[in-house]
Amino acid sequence: MPPILTLRGVKAYYGQSEVLHGIDVAVEEGGMTVLLGANGAGKTTALRAISGSVKREGEIVFAGQRVDRRSTEEIARLRIAHVPEGRGTFIGLTVEENLHLGGYTNAAQSRAGIARMYGYFPVLGLRRRQQAGALSGGEQQMLAIARALMMSPRLLLLDEPSFGLAPRIVEEIFVIVERIRRDERVSVLLVEQNASLALELADHAYLIETGSVVASGTAKSLADNPQVRRSYLGY
Amino acid sequence: MTQNTAIIAGDAAAPAPAASLPRLAGRRWLAAAILIACAAAVPLGLSNYHVFELTMVMVYAIAVLGLNILTGYNGQISLGHGGFFAAGAYTAAILMHRYGVPYWATLPPAALVCFALGLLFGLPALRFEGPYLALVTLAMAVAMPQLLKYFGAWTGGQQGINLVKVQPPPGLGVGHDTWLYLLVLAVLILAMRVAANILNGRTGRAFVAIRDHPIAAEAMGIHAARYKTLAFGISTLFTGVAGALSAIVIGFVAPESFDLFLSLSFLVGSAVGGIVTIPGAIVGGLFIEFVPNLANDISDAAPWAVYGLAMLLFMYAMPRGVIGSLEHWFAWSKQKFR
Amino acid sequence: MHEFLQQTFSGLAAGAIYASLALALVMIYRATSLVNFAQGEMAMFSTYIAWTLVNAGLPFWAAFVLTLIVSFVGGMAIERVVIRPVENAPVLSAVVVTIGLLLIFNATAGWLYSYTVQEFPSPFPDRPVFGALMTTRDLGVIAVTLLMLALLFAFFRFTSTGLAMRAAAQNPESARLCGIRVGRMLAIGWGLAAAIGATAGIMVAPVLFLDPNMMGGVLLYAFTGALLGGITSPVGAVVGGLIVGVTENLVGTYLIPSQLKLTVALGLIILVLVFKPNGLFGTAIVRRV
Repeated sequence: MPPILTLRGVKAYYGQSEVLHGIDVAVEEGGMTVLLGANGAGKTTALRAISGSVKREGEIVFAGQRVDRRSTEEIARLRIAHVPEGRGTFIGLTVEENLHLGGYTNAAQSRAGIARMYGYFPVLGLRRRQQAGALSGGEQQMLAIARALMMSPRLLLLDEPSFGLAPRIVEEIFVIVERIRRDERVSVLLVEQNASLALELADHAYLIETGSVVASGTAKSLADNPQVRRSYLGY
Repeated sequence: MTQNTAIIAGDAAAPAPAASLPRLAGRRWLAAAILIACAAAVPLGLSNYHVFELTMVMVYAIAVLGLNILTGYNGQISLGHGGFFAAGAYTAAILMHRYGVPYWATLPPAALVCFALGLLFGLPALRFEGPYLALVTLAMAVAMPQLLKYFGAWTGGQQGINLVKVQPPPGLGVGHDTWLYLLVLAVLILAMRVAANILNGRTGRAFVAIRDHPIAAEAMGIHAARYKTLAFGISTLFTGVAGALSAIVIGFVAPESFDLFLSLSFLVGSAVGGIVTIPGAIVGGLFIEFVPNLANDISDAAPWAVYGLAMLLFMYAMPRGVIGSLEHWFAWSKQKFR
Repeated sequence: MHEFLQQTFSGLAAGAIYASLALALVMIYRATSLVNFAQGEMAMFSTYIAWTLVNAGLPFWAAFVLTLIVSFVGGMAIERVVIRPVENAPVLSAVVVTIGLLLIFNATAGWLYSYTVQEFPSPFPDRPVFGALMTTRDLGVIAVTLLMLALLFAFFRFTSTGLAMRAAAQNPESARLCGIRVGRMLAIGWGLAAAIGATAGIMVAPVLFLDPNMMGGVLLYAFTGALLGGITSPVGAVVGGLIVGVTENLVGTYLIPSQLKLTVALGLIILVLVFKPNGLFGTAIVRRV
């Protein structure tokens, strides 16, 4: 099966500085691929390059179409859902309004979609009329993921869902993400600093250091890689 | 970056002192001297009216420089600088008319009065930011003509004050207009020098730090309130001196000349020249003085529409102002072609 | 006492017009952090369009609706063509663009329609009501303003486009990630603001008489009212506008006639702002370090 997303020679820029130096990544359809690396390596930038939120060059192909020249809105409408760093929830709006916005491009399915989200994340259902800004960190992360899922995405870009969350909550979220991946048949590209957790869940992995891919392969092979173990897994 | 930085300078937040233009090392003094000599020689061969126009360009440049210091470098927006300009003008006019003070001696009192006014204004202004500060300064601009008319006993009310024509010192061989040109040129050079010293030094860095990140600045020991108030005072000092000069040069003051439109013109001049620059003030002065007349030449029927269009086109082509954009391009090309 | 009430009510009617224009200012400010200095002149221009239509024989309310539509489209066009180029420029540049726009509209109106003051019809008869406490015209103006506020509220609360616009204003990046065309939302915002401004202009023209400089003072009071209410709050805009209207009228009647009225009214409001530097309903901008 061809990968649902391929990056070839993708560079990204913040102003004049080149921060991604031509990376090659492939995401298997229906699988979970993870981008690993330290802070500032360029993992978040890679996701932003895909969703069109940063200046980029190179070839990005999604489901057979080139998307590297498209705007963020167009890419979202192609059903690539990006849960950004910092969650990107609309903190001034209610939980339910946030979900409605996720379903903006899919208005007909909106109501059913929201009900399904409350099924995956019951706590959101309890808080549906509260302002998103009043939610705890874990709840906001769930809301951000739910908002993205409202788009019925074919590809989900998840940026550090574990960030700033207690381990128990992180586990809870990843269990749900895994369930969603299977039930909704979404391909997932995950960015994580928490390498051990990510490698447990993912099928494939890439290691990014200072803007370049330095290692790639199945998650298992990277987990066994001595360099990776020393630098990122702590043993 | 804070709201203020984004409002004023976009991504060219750091002040670019003269050093960002190609370094001429020790020969910079020579270049400056030549420039000044050329500027002083300009009146030769020009009609009196053109010399007058150029003098007004420089007067406006000093006023705009004041605004650059406050709004560009310190991030406090002012829609009321026309009011401070008026304060300087009327201070000079009243001193000359009622107390027979010689024209050149009115400049220090005007400077002092406007400095004090600026400090007085700057204190309550500390409470306000962004559009709120805009409103408070706007109120100043709107109130000034009304107050000037109201206190007619002092200000000559609606009629204004007519001033005795300035006599050039005998033996110098220059006419009235040329003498005033040279006087204003001298003040402009002094003003630019003083501004450069302030802005390139500790005070200037404090201004910019407060503009960009007030919390971090305070955490580093910069007393924001003190510096913000100081910025106001210095700014109004410059604009007030410009006002005094305008009274001397034009020889007449009346409330109508100092309306809201004047304040807006200063702001536009700042933006067109480059609000986070010093030489931009001169470009701003050129814009304020000449573009309305040019607009008149282009369109009899709706000259102000042409003036407005000119503003739009300048902002589209050079959003950082003429000098600001030049400095930006220099920096960009230095990086690109290293 | 009777006079006091009378002046208060006519202040409310004037305030309703300031409130309308203030609403337009707030809408654009929320979307773009920009104060549209040209809002008043755009409203004035729209009023001239209405005037032209009425003179051509159209019944008042038909001309009104047609003008609103034309203003809406015009406002959208202005956002796309005039404001778009400075969208990513420093806000000061955009402010200068709106000042330029102000001049262009003012001069063009003067050129097309001359500076002669014109009469403008009011749909509301000018009859005293409630024992001469107010006139039917005052009531009509206040009713129109409240109706507009209600419609706007419903639009933003209950429609998906309204929700998308709120989202785009709050967090454009996230809105894009939801597939929302943020540029289009901005254009709609400007269109709505223009239509609201047109309403304000049409309401005030019968009283102030139509001429290109009609809206200058109104803009100033609207700006003040918007800030008094809190520049990010639509409810605040309306409340602020009403308060400014009443204050202006009462100051003019009881304190200082004509000239200094503006200065004193502004002074009082600024005094209030000293105690509430973000306006009555405004939210303080919380800075995360």
